[in-house]
Amino acid sequence: MSRPVARYLDGDPNGRLHLQHGPIDLVIGVDDGSAERKDEAERRARAFTAAIARFQTVLDELVSELPLLRTAAELAGPMPEGSVAQRMVTAVRPFAADHFITPMAAVAGAVADEILAAMLAAFDKEDRPARAYVNNGGDIAVHLESDAEFHVRMAREDGISLGDFALHASSPTRGIATSGRGGRSLSMGIADSATVLAANAAAADAAVTIVANAVDLPGHAAISRARAIDVVDDSDLGERLVVTGCGPLTDAEIDMALSCGLARAERFIALGLIDRAGLFLRNQGLLAMPTAARPFTASPLSIDQSMERFSNA
Amino acid sequence: MVKQRVESVANGKIRCDACPVMCYISDGRSGACDRYANVGGELIRVDPLTIIENTISEGGNVVPFLAQPGESEWDGDIVHATRSFITAVGAGTTYPDYKPAPFIVSQQESGVDMVTVVTEGIFSYCGAKVKIDTDRFLGPEAATVLVDGEAIGHVTTGEYGSQMLSLGGVHHLTGGSKKEGRVTCDALLKLCNGEAVDMQVDGGVSLTIKAGAAPVINDVEESRMRVGCGSATIGMFAKQWMGHVDEVVVVDDHITGVLSEHQAGRLLDVPATGIRIKGRRSTPGRYFQVAEPGIGWGGTNISDPLTILGDFDPKTAWPGMRMLMVSTTGEQYGYYILDDNLRPELQTIFPAALQESVEIIAENCEPALTSVLFIGGAGGSLRAGVTTNPVRLTRSVKEALTHVSCGGVPAYVWPGGGITVMADVTQMPSNAFGYVPTPALVAPIEFTMRLDDYRALGGHMDAVIPIEQALEMAERRVTPIGRGPWPTESRNFRWGG
Repeated sequence: MSRPVARYLDGDPNGRLHLQHGPIDLVIGVDDGSAERKDEAERRARAFTAAIARFQTVLDELVSELPLLRTAAELAGPMPEGSVAQRMVTAVRPFAADHFITPMAAVAGAVADEILAAMLAAFDKEDRPARAYVNNGGDIAVHLESDAEFHVRMAREDGISLGDFALHASSPTRGIATSGRGGRSLSMGIADSATVLAANAAAADAAVTIVANAVDLPGHAAISRARAIDVVDDSDLGERLVVTGCGPLTDAEIDMALSCGLARAERFIALGLIDRAGLFLRNQGLLAMPTAARPFTASPLSIDQSMERFSNA
Repeated sequence: MVKQRVESVANGKIRCDACPVMCYISDGRSGACDRYANVGGELIRVDPLTIIENTISEGGNVVPFLAQPGESEWDGDIVHATRSFITAVGAGTTYPDYKPAPFIVSQQESGVDMVTVVTEGIFSYCGAKVKIDTDRFLGPEAATVLVDGEAIGHVTTGEYGSQMLSLGGVHHLTGGSKKEGRVTCDALLKLCNGEAVDMQVDGGVSLTIKAGAAPVINDVEESRMRVGCGSATIGMFAKQWMGHVDEVVVVDDHITGVLSEHQAGRLLDVPATGIRIKGRRSTPGRYFQVAEPGIGWGGTNISDPLTILGDFDPKTAWPGMRMLMVSTTGEQYGYYILDDNLRPELQTIFPAALQESVEIIAENCEPALTSVLFIGGAGGSLRAGVTTNPVRLTRSVKEALTHVSCGGVPAYVWPGGGITVMADVTQMPSNAFGYVPTPALVAPIEFTMRLDDYRALGGHMDAVIPIEQALEMAERRVTPIGRGPWPTESRNFRWGG
């Protein structure tokens, strides 16, 4: 059986760190952003060492509690023992009352949060790197200090940009997650992709699953569905129907499907569960934001502009 | 794609033991990681390159690194019982190749510090030389070989007992339409990974070929290759026919042999029989072009061998004369006796001694196989992953200071410029090849040399790691398949004598 593997991308220890074990692939970056410090390399190495150490047992811990984590979450259900598993349950519980969701919906984000936390724990507060991220297959935990910021691009599977946004340290967002039909997970909806920003990656991961599921046209003839267990072995979705294909849709239908997702995302924003969301289907996209929010500022290419270009394409 | 051992099976699902998740995977599905799949009951690693490809698309390359000294027990891969050699299978490429190759491994061999530079090269200049053991006519020389209607190569010069195809190459991969490139790349990938490929020879047969398996020609599986041409067959078996038969004709597309006229028959004092063969006489008892090439007797287009005979010479022939006609593989044969009009009559009773001789011919025909040699040019930027001064690697290979292997299999290095190599794909670890959408084949290639020689040719010394560390990165253990020399053996090198 394979053990966790660690390697440097970019050819040297000052590039990104890649951690892989079984289905988990993490790409990790640490730097001081625009704040230049002489000991950046030393502190990066310290962060990577902490990440590697914590990563050694993450998958084993998850596997040991897998049956519980694959069971539908309940508001007052049992709390698992592992710290990653606890992050997962905590993240999905707020959605459990109204939706079917298992803690596995937040596994990618929870792992990213856990590794990021382990890295930060290796530092005194004033010594922390200005920026760090743990990207777990698109579910990203970020750390931002003082006035640092990350620029993030949302892209289609073929690499075409759906738009960029900036995450500033002053915003509450520390997690990004993307879900949709292109990824590894099954979806009950037809969104090509949905991106959610939330307080941490686990919360974003849990929410984006539910939001992407809502982008749907129930009963539409062009949408084919199959039982999850007929698509993937041992799916935690059981016999629930998941989308296996989607034929041509009219602009009105695309708009209707996206609007369903938007309504759900706006409700989650109002409840304080997520910060923002972007929903994409075919040639259209919609953004969900707090009512008072302006479009993402300090972005080289705001989502709005990008979407405009995308719609005209 | 890489085959893995399967430990357990339940309800038709196999249990993947590649990681602690231990997924149960049913046929045609992949596990939670999308890296391992159940293909016909076998656990297959479907994308050994995926992570690395992603890395490359992000502009990086992969250099192995060990977390902490002494940590993480290794229970992975690649190796020999006592010695280890890291193959390039799954190593990942460095394209574009200005950074060190993914694995530069140092290991000790008989007290000499050896370095193996392991990379998976992206080969646009590559293809497969295919040898198909059959006398049957596959198509005219230089005829185009088609897959899905796309040209992927051509029929080339035939060899003794075998037909040859030359497939792939840069013109089909990148010089034609997009579909032609894609189909060519896909066919090469399958052939090199030991999978079957259906193809059509323009103006010839349909073929299904698979490295290490019998070719299927026009839906018929070939079983044997001929023992020799018709003339050679006469020479080999003349003595065994003595006393049992008066004349033997070995029907062959190339040279049809006639016992009574052949040098071998003369030496055994076989009397003339008055036989007349249609075709162009070469030397006594040897005839070219008795018929058109085809898939009948001995690679000709005939189904009735008597059609190659003219009337017997009444001055020499006699009623009751016994004649055996047999193809070069012993697959077709007939026993004839001349009637009172000197016409050969097919006999229903076949004498045991002749039966035996036909069986010996058949036995001496080796199983017909398809063999596939990968051929590729490791020139250009691939060398830059090995050294800062690429031409020095070429020179080092030519001077036999550097040994080249493909997936651990000794590679034949063509003389002349560049590093053009050939290697037998059946000796490589399964699914050693991959592809990139360029399209081009990704093939393993290793350069092995002394540490000093590596330094001298401008190697990336700071990227050298001990083999123990590389082993920790390995994901797969294979035992040697071929009997070729171990890549680090001193006899592979000029200094080894």
